[in-house]
Amino acid sequence: MIGIEHYVFVSAILFVLGVLGIFLNRKNIIVILMAIELILLSVNINLVAFSAFLGDLVGQVFAMFVLTVAAGEAAVGLAILVIYFRGRGTIAVDDVDRLKG
Amino acid sequence: MIQTLAFYLFAVMVTASAVMVITARNPVHSVLWLILAFFNGAGLMVLVGAEFIAALLVIVYVGAVAVLFLFVVMMLDIDFSEMRAGFVKNFPLGIAIALVLLVELLVGIGAYKIGALELGTASGAAAPIADRANIESIGAVLYRDYLFLFEAAGIILLVAMVGAIVLTHRQRPDGARGQQDIAKQVRRRPEDATVMKQPEVGQGVEL
Repeated sequence: MIGIEHYVFVSAILFVLGVLGIFLNRKNIIVILMAIELILLSVNINLVAFSAFLGDLVGQVFAMFVLTVAAGEAAVGLAILVIYFRGRGTIAVDDVDRLKG
Repeated sequence: MIQTLAFYLFAVMVTASAVMVITARNPVHSVLWLILAFFNGAGLMVLVGAEFIAALLVIVYVGAVAVLFLFVVMMLDIDFSEMRAGFVKNFPLGIAIALVLLVELLVGIGAYKIGALELGTASGAAAPIADRANIESIGAVLYRDYLFLFEAAGIILLVAMVGAIVLTHRQRPDGARGQQDIAKQVRRRPEDATVMKQPEVGQGVEL
């Protein structure tokens, strides 16, 4: 029988893989954005699983809001990426030092 | 039995495609594996009866976000082999942090399973309505309790859209091809632009 633990376990593995992806592809910002999407997917699976097993629909409503913010984040992130590439001809994260921070 | 089988199928597939997303050499392959991961995540959600969120996941992610990623990956002309230079160097640190994170999450799950934690129970207000579809129940909760948050989500999307357009819109120099002259477009009348011809049958039109 599949219980909540199974879902939490899958979601935990997915979250860890997303974080690992950020570390492994430190130079490639496109893959970093994809890893963030993976993390958000794991959060959504968690929310939906708890919502279903607790019999409370708020989790699914919240997953919808997470989805909205994730879509906005991807759009703005990729737009920034495009203008950065236009100006510099590279998207290497190591070279991003325009703000001299 | 079939539920168990389906769960393990989706779980294994989503994990395997996540591994492929972060290790694929070519970002285009990464995007395609990401699409597979989202499909299987949607499958996991369908299994617990959340078909609306599952459909939303497929529509929004596979239909919009993944295509956006593909578009950007293919539009930018980047030497991706150079991008992977730090892959091996970052591997030990990344694995170490991932292991720490995994152990922490597993400890959390273990503590939950032992059952010593006092968890609140769901309030009845947002319980799924019996004999109604998942989407109807969600609609009832969304439009009753979360109407303003729903509107705020719309504003977030609007701001993100305006932001993305403002960021990437490029004002071309005057006279360049493709320049849009709005006043000229508005001034244009049908009689300036079109002519009526009534050619004989079998004859072409000379313009």
